[in-house]
Amino acid sequence: MTALSRLILVGALLLGAPAWAADPTVVRIGYLTRAEEPRIPLTFLEPVADDEGVQGARLALADNNTTGRFLDIGFELVETVVEEDGSVADAVRGLAGQGIRLLVADLRADALLEVMGTPEARDMLVFNSRAPDDELRNERCAANLLHVTPSRRMLADALAQYLAFRRWSTWFLVVGRAPEDAAYAEALRRAAKRYGARIVQEKGWTFEEANRRVDTGHVTAQTEIPTFTQAPEHDVLVVADEADAFGDYLPYRTWLPRLVTGTHGLVPTAWSRVHEQWGATQLHSRFERQAGRWMRPRDYTAWMAVRAVGEAATRTRSGDAATLAAFIRGPDFALPAFKGQGLSFREWDGQLRQPVLLAGPRMLVSVSPQPGFLHQFSELDTIGDDRPESRCRAR
Amino acid sequence: MTMIRGILLALAGFAVALPVQADTIFVSNEKGNSISVIDGESLKVTGTIKVGRRPRGITFNQDMTLIYVCIGDDNRIDVVDVGSRKVVGRMPSGPDPELFVLEPGGKHLYIANEDDNMVSVLDTTTKKIVGEIQVGVEPEGMGISPDGKILVNTSETTNMAHFIDTASHKITDNVLVDARPRVANFTADGRFVWVSAEIGGTVSVIDTATRKIVKKIAFQVQGVPKESIQPVGIQMTRDGQRAFVALGPANRVAEIDVTTFEVTKYHLVGQRVWNLALSPDEKRLYTTNGVSNDVSVLDMERGRVIKSVAVGGAPWGVIVKP
Repeated sequence: MTALSRLILVGALLLGAPAWAADPTVVRIGYLTRAEEPRIPLTFLEPVADDEGVQGARLALADNNTTGRFLDIGFELVETVVEEDGSVADAVRGLAGQGIRLLVADLRADALLEVMGTPEARDMLVFNSRAPDDELRNERCAANLLHVTPSRRMLADALAQYLAFRRWSTWFLVVGRAPEDAAYAEALRRAAKRYGARIVQEKGWTFEEANRRVDTGHVTAQTEIPTFTQAPEHDVLVVADEADAFGDYLPYRTWLPRLVTGTHGLVPTAWSRVHEQWGATQLHSRFERQAGRWMRPRDYTAWMAVRAVGEAATRTRSGDAATLAAFIRGPDFALPAFKGQGLSFREWDGQLRQPVLLAGPRMLVSVSPQPGFLHQFSELDTIGDDRPESRCRAR
Repeated sequence: MTMIRGILLALAGFAVALPVQADTIFVSNEKGNSISVIDGESLKVTGTIKVGRRPRGITFNQDMTLIYVCIGDDNRIDVVDVGSRKVVGRMPSGPDPELFVLEPGGKHLYIANEDDNMVSVLDTTTKKIVGEIQVGVEPEGMGISPDGKILVNTSETTNMAHFIDTASHKITDNVLVDARPRVANFTADGRFVWVSAEIGGTVSVIDTATRKIVKKIAFQVQGVPKESIQPVGIQMTRDGQRAFVALGPANRVAEIDVTTFEVTKYHLVGQRVWNLALSPDEKRLYTTNGVSNDVSVLDMERGRVIKSVAVGGAPWGVIVKP
């Protein structure tokens, strides 16, 4: 079986019936993802979704076309899903063959690097809508790779600023077993140093992962967690569990009555259902009508990527990929994305500068950057890698 | 032009000649689900009218006996009787009404349905929706020309000012403005429409005849980050000489010379100022400050805020009755 035949080409998906004129400009945007086992959340309240990401891209496509209707610009989304063991490089070749020059990559870091390594990708502007890895913005950066999803460092800095604002400066760090948990913990250590916090102790989570649905499971949790969380005096327990393997077991069971934050509890995130400010209500409402579930961060970042193309096409009145790419990276680009200010890409590493939400399970708690953290150019650059710190040399 | 100015001056003289009459200020409180009533003379809150959930847009009917209020979370318009200060009726609005504008004739209310990419046309006499106009994503600002023939709607995510012919309900032009347009306001002579862009941080002045942007007004306040300058509400004096633009979290109101489009002054007001209203004698400007939960009273002669009046939660819109 050839690698190509393993591709599931969903093909061009046109939402709605855009009423553009006979010979309109059509902007084609590729969307590339890889099939994977759906993430099973530890909580029963959150439904399992197998369409995370792509739903956001589809909504942005509809938004682009509503606007494009008034300007005779149409947008198409070419969705490609690579099988779990399929080759993303082959998929990129396939997309390039269909004339795709603007690509939304809903991929993990390794697959994204594989995409960036293909000769075909060199002629594309690629939006990283999923991988938070700091390496992709530093040592492994690329001139034609833009990151709409916030980096782990941005998330950690956003949290650290808020904890500094509350003067909760001693942290107890609990780290899961997955490699991404270690990366998240590394970002937290860096943030602690930047914002004057002290990590009093670190512990690795070593318990066996169990099925979430266990009768009288709470009894086990209630026995394990209090002893596990014994640690020197601290203000907050910061947890690194991106895989959602145990984080939700921690709140209310800690040895000391301390709040839980990090990947669980009070969470720094690009998007959350609890956020309803700056018109976010409308985005939730459109999304829920379309997808039948809440919008998640991966949906939101894919939405931002496709909207960035739409915004550029509207402003330049062009459908030419090179023109759009130049505008998106240029000084006049600003993406309105329900965060109360226009968002733009950092020229030194291609990261989208953006406020980060601090979301509780049921209510928005705050939005970073926090007041008082000043910057000579943009306060948004107080979170994540600022120009002098960047190790990106490819741009 | 000189003739118009002469008439306006005459009108102004006439207003001065009238006995001093206290204004009444009505403020919609987005979080408080209420309308605060402020007495213009004592500058005290004299009443609070309970309305539906999330009241935002607020306007008088033609003879100022009624107030219409957009009730966003209950998908309707509440009708408040100015005399009795009570809700006396409800009207349909289409989903999630945020802002609206009453045509000069007083019959049709044009309502932006933020959630539905649509403008609804309500007949206030029959209380029925008589038309729906498809516009861009997240319609918000609504302005109408003095002759009632042109409606301008802004859409926040599409970033356009849609020019709509009120006779046919058809869009005739779409003018691209800066990011997240909020308010559209015609000049008194109908020649220009001013459109504020909250995220773009500018006000576009569009020529009604050519549908082209003739000027983009930018703002700069020392010590305030660029991102915090978010223009929303616009008010102009009747003589067409001065305009005021609320700058949101910059906590300032910009005063603009309309002939040169230059900002002449930034007035410091309460936190996150969104909407504005001039007193009928134009000696005062009232501002709604959504974060500090108050109304700033700006004395135009002294050029400073003379009082902050605490109102309900998250004040949003403001109108003044002579």
